[in-house]
Amino acid sequence: MSRTSRRRYDRRVERAVHDRGGWPTEAPIDRSEHELADWEVLMDSLVGTLGQSGVMNVDELRRGIESMPPAAYETASYYERWLYAVETILTEKGVLVSGELDARLAT
Amino acid sequence: MRYRPGQKVRVAARRHEGHHRTPAYLKGKHGTIKRVHARFRNPETHAYGLDGLPEQSLYLVSFEQEDIWREYPGNAGDRLYADVFEHWLEEAE
Amino acid sequence: MSPHDHNGHDHEPLTNGGEPVAAARIRALGELLVEKGVIGREDVLQRIDWLISRSPADGARLVARSWVDPEFKKRLLADARAAALELDLDPGPSPVVIALENTATVHHMVVCTLCSCYPKALLGPPPDWYKSVPYRSRAVADPRAVLAEFGVQLEDGVNVRVVDSTADIRYLVIPRRPAGTETLPEEELAALVTRDSMIGVAIPVAPTPVAA
Repeated sequence: MSRTSRRRYDRRVERAVHDRGGWPTEAPIDRSEHELADWEVLMDSLVGTLGQSGVMNVDELRRGIESMPPAAYETASYYERWLYAVETILTEKGVLVSGELDARLAT
Repeated sequence: MRYRPGQKVRVAARRHEGHHRTPAYLKGKHGTIKRVHARFRNPETHAYGLDGLPEQSLYLVSFEQEDIWREYPGNAGDRLYADVFEHWLEEAE
Repeated sequence: MSPHDHNGHDHEPLTNGGEPVAAARIRALGELLVEKGVIGREDVLQRIDWLISRSPADGARLVARSWVDPEFKKRLLADARAAALELDLDPGPSPVVIALENTATVHHMVVCTLCSCYPKALLGPPPDWYKSVPYRSRAVADPRAVLAEFGVQLEDGVNVRVVDSTADIRYLVIPRRPAGTETLPEEELAALVTRDSMIGVAIPVAPTPVAA
């Protein structure tokens, strides 16, 4: 981290892990792109459908993502964060029963 | 609608636990109202199973980059625009 | 359930090699939600179809039309959502879409520092870099360095205006029409408008003449 970016960052304002504007970094932007895998398209579409159906809204999705433990947020991929959020929010709402998805995967 | 285009405002510097859409780098910063948007459900409650009502006024606020960052490495004319909810804005000189 | 299922093709991998653990979990989640009646299978499949058919060609049509039709440009700048509907384009679920016009003195660049808000109905899904932490961090604090990394040379006297999509408004940049395109028809103009130029990290260029 350069002295310049450190000077710009104001440590007096607290921020959560998702709140990245001006976060000190000199990391170059990796411009490589990938076509969405079918599981990523599916995750996006599940969220869109849950929204259309009034089950979960986009503010809840964002809140769910922001509730990830910071270390998990940093290492998870984009749609892995969405998965975490949907499981968290839907379990909170009682739409999913805690453990039932794990049980299904175990069979 | 409390503010009008051209009015000088300051983004509140308060702490907020939980979901909110005011970025840390703008808290406490001074800007100018650029546009008055429509009203929207409050994400701070809408994110927690509530209906987000009453809708809150949303504003497009313009900031001089040199007012946001110490030693901003760009032009004095560079600007940062962000959408900020009315309850995060205060009147400023 | 996958985007290919309803076409009768099974593209499930023979092994789990190359797929993260989340992939199976997401498929299982989808099946579970459909079985429980939380969402409808057809609704999900329609949503998949919608997502994979989104493309920046739609946004490019808005830009090209605004380049050739000054009255349309005024309508586009006043209400991009309505302008998209005028061209039979789907502006997406966001209630407000705003077009930001680049001029001789202002260059716009869009970012979502808090997550990844993006006009995907008009541009297709966002590129990975747009959603990345380095872009979200640096675009607001040092946009000119980011533009330089993307190979954008701004003319003297051009100011940079970064727009952080912090709420539910979606922003689309209207890049400047390149010089030397005066005789091009609208469809060829649209082909010059790249996705990146509508985010604000590229500038459209006139096509290079092909040697006879």
